[in-house]
Amino acid sequence: MKPKVAFFDFASCEGCQLQIVNLEAEMLDVIGAVDIVQFREAMTESSDDYSIAFVEGSITREKDIPRLKKIREQAAVLVALGSCATIGGVNCLKNFQPLEEVRRYVYGDRAHWYETFAARPIDSVVPVDFYIHGCPINKEDFVKTVTELLLGKTPETPSYPVCVECKLKGNVCVFELGRFCLGPVTRAGCGSWCPTYQDNCTGCRGLIPHPNTDAEKEVLQKYGLTVEQAVGQFRVFLGYGEVAK
Amino acid sequence: MRNININVEHVTRLEGHGNIVVNVKEGRIEECMWKVVEAPRFFEAFVRGRSYLEVSHLTSRICGICSIGHTLASLKATEAALGVEISEQTKLLRRILIQGENLQSHVLHAYFLVAPDLVGAPSVFPLVATHPEVVLRALRMKKLANDLCDIFGGRTVHPITPTVGGFTKLPGTGEIKAIRQRLVEAIPDLEATVALFKTLTIPQFERETEYIALTSDEEYALYDGDIASTDAGVTKVANYRSVTNEYLVPQSTAKYTRNKRDSYFVGALARFNLNHRQLSPLAKTVAEELGLKAPCHNPFFNTVAQVVEAAHAAEELIRLIDDLLSRGLRRENGEIKLRAGTGAGAVDVPRGILFHEYTYDDQGICREANCIIPTNQNHANIQKDMEAFLPLLLDKPEEEIRLKLEMLVRAYDPCISCSTHLLDVKFV
Repeated sequence: MKPKVAFFDFASCEGCQLQIVNLEAEMLDVIGAVDIVQFREAMTESSDDYSIAFVEGSITREKDIPRLKKIREQAAVLVALGSCATIGGVNCLKNFQPLEEVRRYVYGDRAHWYETFAARPIDSVVPVDFYIHGCPINKEDFVKTVTELLLGKTPETPSYPVCVECKLKGNVCVFELGRFCLGPVTRAGCGSWCPTYQDNCTGCRGLIPHPNTDAEKEVLQKYGLTVEQAVGQFRVFLGYGEVAK
Repeated sequence: MRNININVEHVTRLEGHGNIVVNVKEGRIEECMWKVVEAPRFFEAFVRGRSYLEVSHLTSRICGICSIGHTLASLKATEAALGVEISEQTKLLRRILIQGENLQSHVLHAYFLVAPDLVGAPSVFPLVATHPEVVLRALRMKKLANDLCDIFGGRTVHPITPTVGGFTKLPGTGEIKAIRQRLVEAIPDLEATVALFKTLTIPQFERETEYIALTSDEEYALYDGDIASTDAGVTKVANYRSVTNEYLVPQSTAKYTRNKRDSYFVGALARFNLNHRQLSPLAKTVAEELGLKAPCHNPFFNTVAQVVEAAHAAEELIRLIDDLLSRGLRRENGEIKLRAGTGAGAVDVPRGILFHEYTYDDQGICREANCIIPTNQNHANIQKDMEAFLPLLLDKPEEEIRLKLEMLVRAYDPCISCSTHLLDVKFV
């Protein structure tokens, strides 16, 4: 019997689910290999009988918690999909400002209508079995993870940094272009997506397990960059790990 | 006299979370409501303090589906604030990106989100078995548009290369020529799409409203222009707040807007009603074949207008690429001089007109931000349509009423994640 798969989203742009729809021809292979029973963005038919759940988005309000716990109870395998779910992502930028002020800035004197708390990744609420990193996720990464899950293997994400992939591609180093790049400490697996297009890595896939911070400091010194700039850059995707727990 | 109770929690096949609530007691409508329940994400608050180079990458994350549109609106606003001039080449490349996004988004909406209703299927997935050629054609067209955006933007979802003043990297001439050839070869797929939509029955329902879109003397406006309204004429983008007039309602985490009436309509149908004379020859033929005539007041025809715009996108993309190739691509290095200032930018994206506005300090740090999103501008119009449509459906079975109301919401192609990041900020 084909495994039953469901997709869910919390606070997010739904771009990671769109990446799955954007698989085009490979999407048909995925549909052939699994039984998609819930995918609100794409289908009306729906069932709560599933064994694999993919969850996109951050947890940002009280009522998200019981919903996520229910998904966790049902799913034998829970996969976090994309930066908002895996590391908190851009949603956590708001955690660095007083939340009352954030609500007032957006909703004025009606701020009390709109519930919110510090944004967080889903593994701060329930245990997560596997992670598909990135903002957005990489399509090949998704297909690889699903294939490994279906074959009964344990999907693994690289523990080496984006720099490795970037060097293999023979790209000009983004630091040489005068940018501050998080490639030296960010988990690879995206094919050094942004540096290949001559933009800096912003760390959307999260830190590698044992980042070589000495080397990163050396690079900062070499290019005349400050720790302040580094912290600012880290906060774009990695803010949750810094202070905002 | 009958009772009807409909509570659709999280309408499917649209982007984001919205609910429909209908309560009819003994034939009298007591409640008829479109509710937006998406979690707010507070983008305008958290871009404050970020550098001008980061802002478009952050606001792109408002929405995965319209990330190119958000990127371009954001860049235009930042460039207006900083006084950055961009080259003709950059404008051409951005026009290509916005047409590419329109093509991919319209194909996705028409085939994956709307067509299942019109053929009586719950989603596109069962159609893989029953109508494989239709699904394969949709995937082919979507892949073409996505590949095109990958080539010009580095990535379709959250593009990489567009930046303040230009592009970080330019595409190669070889890949541009190859994608041009695929656009030419896609014309039969567009013709087959028209043939398919000719066989489908679009629900009949009319309610005249105000239609708002960008307009330009030069082209069928998506990338640039002034704000046009069927009720109120033309307004400069810098004065967009005089058109959008946001307000809050307790039923929604998104803000609502109104201009001359209780609500207005943005999106493909608004653009068609205002700018149809500037459509490409093929797009005009498609409109005629599908029975779309301006002014059209049937919101369900928004999907038809999207099919018309898909044809326009294909022809326009070929023209833009030819223009680009004949000029020859040049690496450009504009220097950006920082200054304090406020600027607004607008583009017309798949779901309608989109505004971003920022204030920067003299170090290029964002101090104030405001984004007004198409779906947010449509919420009030969806509500007013539902109020006018429901009385016409009261003698139908409950299941049909529910389906028709869902179809009405879907016709707007709402993008709800987008629409909950709105704020009311006073610029000084």
